[in-house]
Amino acid sequence: MELANIENLLEKYDNATTSLQEEAALKDYFSSDEVAPHLIEYKALFTYFNDSKEERYTKTIPLKRKQTNFWWLSVAASVVLMISVYVMNTGVDQITPQERLEAEQALKDTKQAFQLISQNLNKGGNVALAGLGEFEKAQNKVFKTE
Amino acid sequence: MKQTEFLNTVLPLKDKVYRLAKRLLVSRDEAEDATQELYFKLWKNKKKLKDYKNVEAFAMTMTKNYCLDQLKAKRSNNLTLVHSNYKDGNISLQKEMELKDSVSKVHELIETLPEKQKMIIQLRDVENYEFEEIGKILDLQPTAVRVALSRARKTIREQLTKQHNYGIS
Repeated sequence: MELANIENLLEKYDNATTSLQEEAALKDYFSSDEVAPHLIEYKALFTYFNDSKEERYTKTIPLKRKQTNFWWLSVAASVVLMISVYVMNTGVDQITPQERLEAEQALKDTKQAFQLISQNLNKGGNVALAGLGEFEKAQNKVFKTE
Repeated sequence: MKQTEFLNTVLPLKDKVYRLAKRLLVSRDEAEDATQELYFKLWKNKKKLKDYKNVEAFAMTMTKNYCLDQLKAKRSNNLTLVHSNYKDGNISLQKEMELKDSVSKVHELIETLPEKQKMIIQLRDVENYEFEEIGKILDLQPTAVRVALSRARKTIREQLTKQHNYGIS
């Protein structure tokens, strides 16, 4: 293409009045090796546009996501919950009379043991309080506050 | 829209979506994430897609909106963009090096433009859309597109010329 023509097109290009065909012609001209020296800065511009268009999206696009996993997870959780509740409820009822008797015996024994301990503790407490009284007497003797 | 139809009409747009996202979001990773996210959204709305006359314009509009939202969120979080995916070529010829330099200079110059001009440059000079289509995508009058494009082209050209003359003298 003639140089004058190119210059004309470039002016139109700057004013954004070129058609797509004219812009394609400009791109063609500037991708050739024979570019007029005073237009060299346009070469970078059009080379850049050509290069940019070559860029590709290279990753794969997953259309279906792991969303369904959450659905299954909630189902699994509710199943686990129901099973555990069921096991716990039935587990209480499955005590044999023998076990019940043993448990009651154990409760009785334990109560007795606690009773014994508390009685003895009471005794000990009384002794300690008596000791304190002795101490007070001695103190009064020494300091004679009254 | 059936899966095959989706694969035939929407999937081929993935490069354009990615390039526009990269133009706006700058970093490759973010553009890839955005593309994935957008395709997920498109796929979810595939039933509605056939109601749109121009699926391509719709997809590009979605890309624009999504990326601008991302940018807004980023700015309010005070995060800075991670730049630079410039390719480094090992070409020994001085002239080609110079050209390479000014090509990546073009990239930097476009990055400094306002978002609207960036998008218009991308859609017109890289993707070769008609002004009417760009207007539809960006929700602008075709004349407004023309004006913004002219402004963007002149800015880039002036900066390049300045750079070039500086190199000579």
